Amino acid sequence: MNKNERACIVGAYEHPTRHAPDKSVAQLHAEVARGALQDAGLNASDIDGYFCAGDAPGLGPLSMVDYLGLKPRYVESTDTGGSSYLIHVRHAAQAIEAGHCNVALVTLAGRPRSEGSSGTQARAYNIMAPEAPFESPYGLVPINSYAMAAQRHMHEFGTTAEQLAWIKVTASHHAQHNPNAMLRDVVTVQDVLASPLIADPLHRMECCVVSDGGGAVIVARPEIARKLKRPVVRLIGGGEAVGYINSGGIDITTSAAKHSGAAAFAEAGVTPGDIGYASIYDSFTITVLIQLEDLGFCEKGQGGRFVADGRLVAGQSGLAINTDGGGLCNNHPANRGGMTKIIEAVRQLRGEAHPAVQVKDCALALAQGTGGMLGSRHASATLILERA
Amino acid sequence: MSSETTVRKIPAPLINPEAQPFFQATAEGRLCYKRCEGCGQPHHPPRSICPHCHSDRTTWQTSTGLGTVYSASMLRRGVPVPYCVAYVTLDEGVTLMSDLVGFGDSTPAVGTRVQVRFVEAEGGAKVPMFGPVEAT
Repeated sequence: MNKNERACIVGAYEHPTRHAPDKSVAQLHAEVARGALQDAGLNASDIDGYFCAGDAPGLGPLSMVDYLGLKPRYVESTDTGGSSYLIHVRHAAQAIEAGHCNVALVTLAGRPRSEGSSGTQARAYNIMAPEAPFESPYGLVPINSYAMAAQRHMHEFGTTAEQLAWIKVTASHHAQHNPNAMLRDVVTVQDVLASPLIADPLHRMECCVVSDGGGAVIVARPEIARKLKRPVVRLIGGGEAVGYINSGGIDITTSAAKHSGAAAFAEAGVTPGDIGYASIYDSFTITVLIQLEDLGFCEKGQGGRFVADGRLVAGQSGLAINTDGGGLCNNHPANRGGMTKIIEAVRQLRGEAHPAVQVKDCALALAQGTGGMLGSRHASATLILERA
Repeated sequence: MSSETTVRKIPAPLINPEAQPFFQATAEGRLCYKRCEGCGQPHHPPRSICPHCHSDRTTWQTSTGLGTVYSASMLRRGVPVPYCVAYVTLDEGVTLMSDLVGFGDSTPAVGTRVQVRFVEAEGGAKVPMFGPVEAT
């Protein structure tokens, strides 16, 4: 047994819908739970741990445990926005290792597209959030928060609009092969830069899609994983960290991925050069660039060169990213992209990605999430997964 | 003064008891931040307990209101009136979130010198925003 083999991902399911006006959020959670159980070859009665975040309707896990008819002896509802589900997988592995549960279900679902969500709507601050008096008048929303990080990255490192656009172009090359992707047309750098400026310097095509849907994964004890029929994918390293504006001593060009990534690589005993496939959270193009740097795939400030000229298109170099089309083209259910990041990493390790984007003999994959807002406070989570 | 300050509705700041003195000062035309008597470091948003060293000896300081743009972004679509959110590093060394006003429809470059002004938000509170440095 691998010394790091604490837990395995035995089931993964991405809902095929991208628009579900006639379904409830709880119903979508149930559909993805069912899909992941069928994928794993397990029954709902096997689940003894349940994890969900703020997209789940009701108080923490209570309504969903009731609605799904689960009998968990371990529940958790850590909410760090879009990175929650990567943290859930890590915490599920810790709970399994500690003997608190054997089979943990993690679900995500939502319908922001049907509900008319956008990245420019004013945020509802908790009235007692300590930052509220000093932020609520100024209109910080996801896109202008990330745009400030992009603006500053351009200033500090000379990153260009063309380089950022390559991240979208790369995603579109992958999405053309995904029949469920919301945007399947291949686009060029010129297309990206010709799309409307939303928040300087980010264009419309540099923003993730707003989609309905969801996904689920099942984490199980290794002994259970080996009895199932699916290829075994084990978690060998993980990390989580919170980034913030440091009480006024600001640095928004470095994310908490610097810390979560270092922890994950140290635990796994591998380096960025060993990774064949990486799911990199792509709420906006700049999110990808900053995380690639902070995870150590390239030097700080060199992200622009690293992503340019199609180098990260599957089959072009040693690393492929977001081969499902990512949040930029495929899916960003519940405005939270972490779950789909895990699912595509599992597909790659199982050899079940689309043949056009499948990384040959993919043995090690990384899934990376950033929840919250890069330009104010965010949580980063990193998982390193290995094909057994 | 450009028109954006008069056209855009500024949401009322959600003022809690700890933040009250900050907005009392803005009503008097002063921009305040806090410095810790324990470690000597400034911080923002203001706290009763220092986030750097956890001393409870934090005191209000008045800024000159001059600073430089750390980063900024004009939001152009999906909102009734475009506006420019920013981080401004005050000359006293602390960075705060704000909006930039009076620069027309462009996003001022990183490093642009700016000066505070106080803009009335919905409900009457004055909130600090930053514009071009006025000639003395």
